[in-house]
Amino acid sequence: MLGRTLREVSVALKQGQITPTELCQECLSLIKKTKFLNAYITVSEEVALKQAEESEERYKKGYVPPYNATVVQKLLDQGALLMGKTNLDEFAMGSGSTDGVFGPVKNPWSYSKQYREKKKQKPHGENEDTNWLITGGSSGGSAAAVSAFTCFAALGSDTGGSTRNPAALCGVVGLKPTYGLVSRHGLIPLVNSMDVPGILTRCVDDAATVLGVLAGHDCKDSTTVQDPVKSFILPSLTDVSKLCIGIPKEYLVPELSSEVQSLWSKAAKLFESEGAKVIEVSLPHTSYSIVCYHVLCTSEVASNMARFDGLEYGHRCDINVSTEAMYAATRREGFNDVVRGRILSGNFFLLKENYENYFIKAQKVRRLIANDFVNVFNSGVDVLLTPTTLSEAVPYVEFIKEDNRTRSAQGDIFTQAVNMAGLPAVSVPMALSNQGLPIGLQFIGRAFCDQQLLTVAKWFEKQVQFPIIQLQEIMGDCSSVFENDLASVSLKQ
Amino acid sequence: MAAPVLRWSCPARRWILANIDRGPRHGRGSPTGSRSSGKRGQSSVAQQPLATAQKPRKGEHQWAAVVGLEIHAQISSNSKLFSGSQVHFAAPPNSLVSFFDASLPGTLPVLNRRCVEAAVMTGLALNCHINKKSLFDRKHYFYADLPAGYQITQQRLPIAVKGSLAYSVFVGKNRNQVINKTVRIKQIQLEQDSGKSLHDDLRSQTLIDLNRAGVGLLEVVLEPDMSCGEEAATAVRELQLILQALGTSQANMAEGQLRVDANISVHHPGEPLGVRTEVKNLNSARFLAKAIDYEIQRQIEELENGGEILNETRSFDCKLGCTVPMRDKEGKQDYRFIPEPNLPPLLLYDSASLPAGADPQQVINIDQLREQLPELPRVTREKLVQQYGMLPEHSFTLLNEVGLLEFFQNVMKETRAEPKRVTSWVLNTFLGFLKQQNLAVSESPVTPSALAELLNLLDQKTISSAAAKKVFEELWRSGGKTPAQIVSEKRLELMQDQEALEELCQATMEKHPQVVMDLKKGNPRAINKLIGLVRKATLNRADPTVIKEMLERQLSS
Repeated sequence: MLGRTLREVSVALKQGQITPTELCQECLSLIKKTKFLNAYITVSEEVALKQAEESEERYKKGYVPPYNATVVQKLLDQGALLMGKTNLDEFAMGSGSTDGVFGPVKNPWSYSKQYREKKKQKPHGENEDTNWLITGGSSGGSAAAVSAFTCFAALGSDTGGSTRNPAALCGVVGLKPTYGLVSRHGLIPLVNSMDVPGILTRCVDDAATVLGVLAGHDCKDSTTVQDPVKSFILPSLTDVSKLCIGIPKEYLVPELSSEVQSLWSKAAKLFESEGAKVIEVSLPHTSYSIVCYHVLCTSEVASNMARFDGLEYGHRCDINVSTEAMYAATRREGFNDVVRGRILSGNFFLLKENYENYFIKAQKVRRLIANDFVNVFNSGVDVLLTPTTLSEAVPYVEFIKEDNRTRSAQGDIFTQAVNMAGLPAVSVPMALSNQGLPIGLQFIGRAFCDQQLLTVAKWFEKQVQFPIIQLQEIMGDCSSVFENDLASVSLKQ
Repeated sequence: MAAPVLRWSCPARRWILANIDRGPRHGRGSPTGSRSSGKRGQSSVAQQPLATAQKPRKGEHQWAAVVGLEIHAQISSNSKLFSGSQVHFAAPPNSLVSFFDASLPGTLPVLNRRCVEAAVMTGLALNCHINKKSLFDRKHYFYADLPAGYQITQQRLPIAVKGSLAYSVFVGKNRNQVINKTVRIKQIQLEQDSGKSLHDDLRSQTLIDLNRAGVGLLEVVLEPDMSCGEEAATAVRELQLILQALGTSQANMAEGQLRVDANISVHHPGEPLGVRTEVKNLNSARFLAKAIDYEIQRQIEELENGGEILNETRSFDCKLGCTVPMRDKEGKQDYRFIPEPNLPPLLLYDSASLPAGADPQQVINIDQLREQLPELPRVTREKLVQQYGMLPEHSFTLLNEVGLLEFFQNVMKETRAEPKRVTSWVLNTFLGFLKQQNLAVSESPVTPSALAELLNLLDQKTISSAAAKKVFEELWRSGGKTPAQIVSEKRLELMQDQEALEELCQATMEKHPQVVMDLKKGNPRAINKLIGLVRKATLNRADPTVIKEMLERQLSS
């Protein structure tokens, strides 16, 4: 290896024929053997090995994008610190954060005092290590990171609920801004016409603050609106009597857990008791949303994933019989079953003979779904109140019993129509379930009325006083500092 | 970005790749293939007989051929259609590639205003209806030089539709009978060009150059209103002139800025159209005409021999002069079109619909572009005919040869000679010399000024026409000398001494009394003989019209 050129060594490192540490040790041992040459005055063995280790980490990281997403750059420009890249389902396809190449994300609430205490009361003594809960997804890593106090805010993506769903299951605030308000430049697309960068924070005010930084036209994203962005500073609402809250009757589905349902009713009553007008509304095309989403999502996925052919970047297989064989093997090795499945169905829907029957029809249904919301908002409703998820977080072992498609269909049921219509929506944690796990509710606003939506969410947040996660066991030594911090946070509320 | 490389370990395997290179894709056509001869390739139109296919043999049906064209013209713009990368023909490989061009995940297209304006101008010049709203679509296929796996094009609602292109073909013995024709234009759409694949046979690898990936193309679709190779080639030439006049494309076929695919079928008149074939990647006007005429003949022969025409894609082998089917393993491709979700509909305005207070940088006004349209070739030709009394076919030749019109106009600026004489010299003598040596106008050793000076000498009767030809030859051969220098060195000036000439005339008549006699008897040709004799005596340095006058005067006195 030492006789090769830099270029050759670089290739060998990339292909994993040798690791940086091995290469470094080869050099160091030869330096020792050739000491008599008196070539080196100082041999920085430790530094070199440390650098080799760092280098090894870099090779493991895989694809490192050569540019920053607009949302990331805007945060950096404001002086925010970037702590890292969070975990998710592969290409954001999933609702559990269980289907990623880096392994599943575990819900911090699995390790909370609140959950563990309830757990102990139950007789069946399952092994707790294998009984951890999912975060929801696909941006589960971001939700877990915020929930476990490792950072103040995190970004996610939201195509069908990927920000709001894990926010609800991890007990944090998850905001999906209006489509076109926040730049998608740098966001790896899932469904371009529905994707929005999502914001995960521990309180509504923080979400508004981050949105204030991110919102606005980006000349690199032609789908961002050009209108100047208004302030997102939230007033403290004291009077909700002028508000009209809509409760979509179609969201009362049989699969909805009774606990979530009762909290939803409780929330509605809360608004009513404070003088808001709470009315039942109808979004008649809701039940077609999931199947319509399936067609549109897989079609755009098939198109968007075409670029991952192993030529310009990312994984490339060793097969070189022909270009097609190389493509096929690269994509078979590089994508998981979920991604490959969606690519296959998407291509089927886009075939000339199927296009009218599937894609065009789905687009028409999408329009009907979007119009449902327009009609409701035109009738005087300010904000819609719905559940975010069917139930609280479930254990991983339960979750993986169903396939990804079924799980996604269930997970996205309340969140995904919002993406069809491009509306802003936010999930706010309301209370803990009997099991001691968070349950969130969703508010849906008018397009580009994100501020109004968040103002209502902030009022609600203040009323419900959602409990803080207690993670003393994990925190260990930090727990005392942590407790103090929490005290001050809760005082502010 | 490092050059993405596809490597092939086994030489025999390269063949597979070479095969898919000829896939049935639009926007393809590398200039690495057959080229026309040198720079003049794009300027001359094949001189094929009109519709050879239509001659019926005894007892047989008549055949009619139908030809439609799809033309890809690279837009002349500083940057690419959807990215800020520069557009440059001969830049080092992969030096003009943005993150978007390499399809890095998360990058988004941003439409280039200049490309939209070019499409609108071209649409207006081709009498198209400009769609105030047009849409972009993705057309999918896997190919090494198409990084995104799809091309952004305008399949559903293109920027311009329903236009027409007028062109003229010349028929008759001397090809001086003008027939004006029109081909309808179905649509003009904006789309991305692909990159280039370079197959390195020696090392059995394929190298990808993405410099061209994402350059703006205008796809102009001509309805099947043509019936032979010459018509198609003439129509393409006229389109080329229009694009060049507009400045919307350099439209140089040799550099791949203009690429043509032809759809061809034959049928019996009055019967439904036949099955068509598509001949791809024709990159010179001459090959275009040849390929079409070959394909028409092939189809007729195939059908007359009881065979059938397959709806297939063929390529033209310029060495053998025939079309051959492309081996397309996968059969008909399904491009799985989908609306491009990252680009909102493209909206255009006219003065009436322009929103009040709109930022001029953000909107495109069709009326404003219409006002800015430059003079089109048709008008230029009409002006030439009117201004100089030129024959229509001469105006065509002046425009069809690259740089010839400018040369002509420069000569006109500096000479006092009659336009007719200048036209004749430029089109016959000058162009003749160029063609003989296969040179472009820009490579001519004779400058417009030199020709203008020569024509002045001729006009002032300082030299004779015959002497002028000699001077021109000399100018061509030894650049640097002025016509005046050549005239004086070679002693080619006409005799200016009238008395001496009178004497010569007198002496000649005296020497040839018989001819004078003939003349007096009324034989009109006798005077020509006398003129010839006098000219011979002057060593060709006298103007025959002057001699004639003198002789006639002396005879009548």
